[in-house]
Amino acid sequence: MTELAPLGFVMLCHTALDRAAQVARFWAEAGCPVMIHVDRTVPDAALEPLRAAMAEHPHLRLAPRRRCEWGTWSLIDATQTAAQRLLAEFPDLRHVCLISGSCLPLRPAAEMLAWLDARPDTDFIESVAVGDVTWTAGGLSDERFTLWFPFAWKRRRWLFDRFVDLQRALGIAREIPRPVRPHLGTQWWCLTATTLRAILTDPKRRRYERYFRQVWIPDESYFQTLARLHARRLESRPLTLVKFDRNGRPHVFYDDHLELLRRSDCFLARKVWPRAGKLYAYFLSDQPARGTPVEPQPERIHRHFDRANLQRATGRAGLYMQSRFPANDAARAVTAAPYSVFSGFAEVFDGFERWLSDTAALRVHGRLFHPDRVRFAGDAQVWTGALSDSAALRDYNPRMFLSNLIWSTRGERQGFQYGPGCAQHPDLNHMLARDPNAQISVITGAWALPLFRGDYTTDDLRGHLAWLQKREAAFLDLLRSEQTRARVRIWTLAEFLEDPDAHLAAILAEIAPALAATPPAAPPLRPLGGFGAFLARMRDDGLPLVLLGDYPISERRPAP
Amino acid sequence: MRLARALRRSLELTRRADRTRAIRPGMILAFTTLRNERPRLPYFLNYYRRLGVGQFLMVDNGSTDGSAEWLAEQPDVSLWTTTASYRRSRYGVDWLNHLQWRYGAGHWTLVVDVDEFLVYPFCDTRPLEALTGWLDDSGRRSFGAMLLDMYPKGPIDAQRYREGQDPFEIARWFDAGNYTLSRNPRYRNLWIQGGVRARAFFADAPGRAPALNKTPLVRWTRSHAYVSSTHTLLPRGLNLVYDRAGGELASGVLLHAKFLDMITDKAAEERQRREHYGGGREYDAYGRGLDASPDLWCPHSTEYINWRQLEILGLMSKGDWA
Repeated sequence: MTELAPLGFVMLCHTALDRAAQVARFWAEAGCPVMIHVDRTVPDAALEPLRAAMAEHPHLRLAPRRRCEWGTWSLIDATQTAAQRLLAEFPDLRHVCLISGSCLPLRPAAEMLAWLDARPDTDFIESVAVGDVTWTAGGLSDERFTLWFPFAWKRRRWLFDRFVDLQRALGIAREIPRPVRPHLGTQWWCLTATTLRAILTDPKRRRYERYFRQVWIPDESYFQTLARLHARRLESRPLTLVKFDRNGRPHVFYDDHLELLRRSDCFLARKVWPRAGKLYAYFLSDQPARGTPVEPQPERIHRHFDRANLQRATGRAGLYMQSRFPANDAARAVTAAPYSVFSGFAEVFDGFERWLSDTAALRVHGRLFHPDRVRFAGDAQVWTGALSDSAALRDYNPRMFLSNLIWSTRGERQGFQYGPGCAQHPDLNHMLARDPNAQISVITGAWALPLFRGDYTTDDLRGHLAWLQKREAAFLDLLRSEQTRARVRIWTLAEFLEDPDAHLAAILAEIAPALAATPPAAPPLRPLGGFGAFLARMRDDGLPLVLLGDYPISERRPAP
Repeated sequence: MRLARALRRSLELTRRADRTRAIRPGMILAFTTLRNERPRLPYFLNYYRRLGVGQFLMVDNGSTDGSAEWLAEQPDVSLWTTTASYRRSRYGVDWLNHLQWRYGAGHWTLVVDVDEFLVYPFCDTRPLEALTGWLDDSGRRSFGAMLLDMYPKGPIDAQRYREGQDPFEIARWFDAGNYTLSRNPRYRNLWIQGGVRARAFFADAPGRAPALNKTPLVRWTRSHAYVSSTHTLLPRGLNLVYDRAGGELASGVLLHAKFLDMITDKAAEERQRREHYGGGREYDAYGRGLDASPDLWCPHSTEYINWRQLEILGLMSKGDWA
């Protein structure tokens, strides 16, 4: 028989008893006694693996069985009874560790024993003053200690909730027995035998018990609170690594977590999937103990699961997919990354698109929402993500067309031309206006230029101009509304032409801050000769093109 | 109503090989209808056996290529046969609803066609039971997995599929980011369209492109029923496999090995039979396109690597299963 080690375990289990038996053997072989509590609802036949282990290892004992229910006193009752028996049967223990059947040791027993040898008087139990707790699920933290909880949360949720509501309404507050100051922490601890004994033999134990029987989830507060009264040195951290999801359920470890667990140097982890054969095989094998003491480093694992919790809670911005479909306004960002929308620039400048893509770190598309066909950069027929240039596919859901494009090209900023002649959909315009990722720059009235130059012909010139002006006016109203969160710049054509270089530089500085110091020269303006006369003709035909601003009607060329 | 209908349609089924007594509590059960899919069957069964499906409950709808004979010999297949109309059983839904009602209650059930291959987070290291156990712990009753159409590079019939072969050695490509979603207020499910089928066959009529949203994995009870294929379930709460507040729920993908060389014959046959959804309209569209043995590949097609790639692309999500 192995020499008795100064560390003993209380193990609570209710399922996967073969795994529990494996872990119990591991500790027994290191000389650590284990007092095993099996929930009374487990049929006797299921205890077979445990009995087999106990037959081989006299340090393994079965504690009196209780029926345990989540969040209730029964768990404390079972723990107390088992701990008392463990201390009575193995009086020389120095530390006692509470574990579950699905806790897995991650380091050789010798390392844990040596580590505790160096800290003979220290209790390891997470114990946080209740006012400072930030993690409790369901909004109950202080109230766990001041209300009554006669109904089981798992089985009688409705009664549980109503009874809490009722007590809140009546302003009920139980008195907390002095000198108890409520503390909370995960339920798995490693206490010195001295502290544990002091808790179990405290003359006021009955009084505390009467109180804690009515506290909600006492397994996260009973020992955590009372240890504060008796500990000589208390380190408020558990030796068992547990991470909880947003519903308060522990994250489960699988075979693929092997490296993560190995590198954490934690002593114990829960909870482990019973069928994670690789984890059990690896961590229960004879790993060589390292000579130098190594401190547990759970941070990597914390980060790993914190990221997962964040993905569940807030998700990836700008992604619309089968399991993330934020209702309008539910998500902070509508798209995945910043992008630029230009209205009127290609009409004013010669070769604007080429100039822009040469100058700024920007993928410059043509009119993505051209009525006939999507004008991707380089006139491509298909774009990243296999987005098609079919206008029908795009117009089937223009919002998703744009959010798909921005999602698929994240990492490369996109820009495109957009104007009143485009296939504008009210939904799309709303999306653009309220998207903080959109940088929208508009030269109002520039849509008149192609018509004036004859680049685009129509039978009903006047009607077409009126239609464009109306559409642009509506878009501008939207951009100027309170809800707009896009970065918007609007100039009338006349305003813009007063200092095109400066205006262009301001836009570029936002896209590529490096360009702010030495703004590049703007591309050449397209010829505007005769445009004033064209406007005068329109005005006299009864269609004043007001959105251009006070563009000089005379033949004089505007100042460049 | 739907269950009564399923019961009535169940009279059309003939028991061919009944191994349902081997079903154990907690076993994951797969339900499938098929017709003339003989070359696909070995890989299909092995794929899901490897993930941990305990038994396959299958309905053979009048195969003439030996599918039924082969399946009846498999140790983990229970087989029913029928020559009744696929269309009138609402594309097999009634038959399977009945079998699920009868054998699926209390189990996690997976409804997949023989060309659909479930990929879920960590499917390369964690068996299906790890997923269903986690879903149970999280209080979820259903798991969404959208259909992802896979296709080869080059003409569809250029590479011949050999029996037992991994179909994604050939059909290795997919469209990564051209899906549109909208919410169906009636059943609360998301309606997903797009992918290569919309791009290549429905570019002029996107509204008629087939639905890609699927909820194939469900913890079954006798009050559950599929409404149309595995797109829609009742009660409606089962369709809520997505988060509305900006977060992500865990989800998977059904890799769809439809576009292999066999499809050319299949499309011709189905256009004749008119037994498929919308009077085989979909097959009409393929047929017109498929006669030319098209190349569905485009310069922005994505080559399949693994589930992690699909999760990074945002086609599926780990949610908080890490």
